[in-house]
Amino acid sequence: MNSQITKLFAVIVLLFGVLIYFTSRWTVFSATALNANALNARPQIEQLRIKRGSIFANDGTVLAKSVKAGHGTWSRTYPEGSLFSQAVGYSEPSAGDAAGLELSAANYLRGSPSSISALFGLSTSTQVGDDVHTTLDPGAQKTARQALDGQAGSVVALNPRTGAVLAMYSNPTYDDNHPSPNKQCDAVGCLVNRAVSSAYPPGSTFKIVTATAAINTGKYTPNSIVNGNSPVTVSGVPLSNDGNQSFGDITLTDALTYSVNTVWAPVAVNVGTKTMTEYMKRFGFYAKPPLDYPAGEMLPSRVQSPGGQYYPPGSADEDIGRIGIGQGGLVVTPLQMAMVASAVADDGKLMVPHLVSSVIAPDGRTVTTIQPRLYHQVMTVKTAQEINLMMRTVVDEGTGTPAQLGNGIEFAGKTGTASVGPTGLGETQPWFIGFAPANDPKVAVAVDLERSDSGQSGGQVAAPIARDVVQTLLSEGK
Amino acid sequence: MSARNRELMGLLPASLLITAGFAGVFIQRKSELTNVSLTYGAIFLGLCLAAHVFIRITLPYADPYLFPLVSVLASFGLVMIYRISSDDARQQAQWFVIGLLLFAATVIAFRDYRKLEQYRYVIVSISLVLLILPRVPGLGEQVNGAYLGIRIPGTSGFQPTEFSKVGLVIFLASYLRDTRQVMVQGARRVLGVTIPPLKHFGPVLVIWGVAMVILFLLSDIGSSLMFYGALLAMLYVATGRFSFVVVGLIAFGLGAWFLGTHIPHVHARFEDWQHPFEPKIYNAVLGSYQLANGLFAQAAGGVFGQGFGQSILTTASGSALIPEPQTDMIYAVITSELGLFGAVGVLLTYLLFVYRGFKIAILARDSFSKLLATGLSAVFALQVFVIVGGVTKAIPLTGVTLPFISYGGASIVANFVLVALLLLVSDRARRPVVRT
Repeated sequence: MNSQITKLFAVIVLLFGVLIYFTSRWTVFSATALNANALNARPQIEQLRIKRGSIFANDGTVLAKSVKAGHGTWSRTYPEGSLFSQAVGYSEPSAGDAAGLELSAANYLRGSPSSISALFGLSTSTQVGDDVHTTLDPGAQKTARQALDGQAGSVVALNPRTGAVLAMYSNPTYDDNHPSPNKQCDAVGCLVNRAVSSAYPPGSTFKIVTATAAINTGKYTPNSIVNGNSPVTVSGVPLSNDGNQSFGDITLTDALTYSVNTVWAPVAVNVGTKTMTEYMKRFGFYAKPPLDYPAGEMLPSRVQSPGGQYYPPGSADEDIGRIGIGQGGLVVTPLQMAMVASAVADDGKLMVPHLVSSVIAPDGRTVTTIQPRLYHQVMTVKTAQEINLMMRTVVDEGTGTPAQLGNGIEFAGKTGTASVGPTGLGETQPWFIGFAPANDPKVAVAVDLERSDSGQSGGQVAAPIARDVVQTLLSEGK
Repeated sequence: MSARNRELMGLLPASLLITAGFAGVFIQRKSELTNVSLTYGAIFLGLCLAAHVFIRITLPYADPYLFPLVSVLASFGLVMIYRISSDDARQQAQWFVIGLLLFAATVIAFRDYRKLEQYRYVIVSISLVLLILPRVPGLGEQVNGAYLGIRIPGTSGFQPTEFSKVGLVIFLASYLRDTRQVMVQGARRVLGVTIPPLKHFGPVLVIWGVAMVILFLLSDIGSSLMFYGALLAMLYVATGRFSFVVVGLIAFGLGAWFLGTHIPHVHARFEDWQHPFEPKIYNAVLGSYQLANGLFAQAAGGVFGQGFGQSILTTASGSALIPEPQTDMIYAVITSELGLFGAVGVLLTYLLFVYRGFKIAILARDSFSKLLATGLSAVFALQVFVIVGGVTKAIPLTGVTLPFISYGGASIVANFVLVALLLLVSDRARRPVVRT
């Protein structure tokens, strides 16, 4: 019987070989597919078990924190709710969904298990993420919300010296504690961060870009005499000023002060598509903003054809004259326009905008501190100072007077009132961009309101909002 | 070194394992490393030492590796269960003590285990009754659609099949010792197939029928495979006729195929096995949820595992992510936390145990002892194959315990009886022949 017993043992060894084969099949060969299987709840539970780091405003206000949700899991609460929701976003691991900073800073917020503890499995079971400190200013956010007063639109404020985003608020908004939008909220796109995810015609605020190209190339100076009669023919189609007003021979500065379309469109044509495109690129057009924010939630600023396609940069089909006054299919994000103001404010240096200021580990160690970085030197210091002076006259005596700050602080700005919607209805997109104090800029700002049915101008409605936000930030010493 | 001293040394790794294991759980739970873990280790070691002394006195020549292997498996199981549920671990520790007591009782009562042969029909009757017991109304307990346990107050699901397997092996060893000669000699060849005489083969057919009835009545594919596999293994060793095994396997295959296609519950189990990731089957009542989540847990383990105490066992709402993690699915938890390496380590420990079992069979001097040791080792190996094979989707999943590791009172006690019988056979086999 002994030989049978030996053979039987061989069969048993074979059976155990089958067990080892199948175990390795699941642990090694098919592991990746199983881990990614839609029925597999483990990855989600793993995310829920991580104590994500908190997100803070620049004064230490908690914008997002993890609270115990029982059974070893954590859930996210946003104490400031809708005030910061567009910038902060949300994290919903159970739905596999995240947005805003919660998504772009996820690697910091999640942290990582240390390799040694993972190897021995003797660590505490909770993975704790790093805290993310942002540059967002609660006072400016509150002022922006208050000043917008429920109107659809957005406010972006930057520190022109560092690129720090001081305010990023847009309406309509949502409560990120409950990111699954209701129908009513969904219908108006409440989850869309209009500051970076929506692009609109910038109207006359774009004349700053045209002016930069005109002066920095040496083709014009602020004192160049230009003709402001209305109408003029651009690309074979007549173009007129607001109210078809004619200004006669004026300086380029005056043309900006009174936002004379019939000057700036020919100036853009004169500068040429190639040079205009070059300067747009220097300001950051034609690329997604270099912001530390999810790329999928940001749009580049560019030119749309009447058919809804996007022209490649510098296309011969563009109507560069109308683009030069912020029309002609040009669509831009509010952040892009804040970057335009910021570049002028900081002597022509465009800094990389950023929301995160520093990342702090749970043990108090500083993981990283974001240093100001130059994005582009857009123009010479001289050009920047000349445009700075031109923009001051806009607020001092031109279309932007409602933005005046008083107390001897000068605001350099530019209004915009883009025509939007069907021709003849007179719907507008009011804008204001600028920076203050003009002689020592600390805040650059862009404000836009989405589609004013009554055709209000940027000077009337956007400039006061910009004034309030800038006033708040300056009074806080930011 | 004498056999008993080797056994004593063999207990060292077991005690180190349990102490380190409990220490691991304590650290993982963020409590400080207290001397409680050392106390647990010490108590376990004390129990093992007591058993060792008992073996030293009663079975001085028995195989020295079997008991240390059992201690390694049991201590590993205890730590694993403690990590899943400390309440279950406390119960399991009590069952461990009861198992040791029954172990001692078996050794004392059946010092001459050959007298078991006298009671073979009593033993097989009791075994069959125990098998049917879970189906008795009021007593039975339906788990996942299969009737595997009976309710005994104070315990959670007592599985009588664990004892049946030992009883049936004793019966077969005794019966085949008597009839193995006539089965071979009386065989006729029909169409090139050797057919044993029906008169002697009858009881074997009865066991085949019983395996099918288990499948039919208890809806328990795993147990029937285990019993039937042990029967074929013993038949082969007793007669040396491989053709019997082939005929037996075909008969089992036909039976299983018929039941699999005609009994809805058995059919459903086959479907679960074949398509565990089909959303419809996954979400169905008694569907493949358990199997699929076991496989997900193993995938999460990878080669080295997630680390002890790191696998996710509960959902966000606190329910069990893998149903029955401490019994049926404990192999998935082991693989998840200790990876392929840990799982293979456990399998090799079992294989060593089976190897020592067969070694005892080879050394045994009489047919009954040989068949008994073979049967016990085979049924033990097949039990491991059935549950690990089920959890790894090699075969349909059925609730059988992983011997000495899974939580379960009947399992640990019955397996201690199994070990006691193996050691009894071993002691007699290795005893120096004294000429008088």
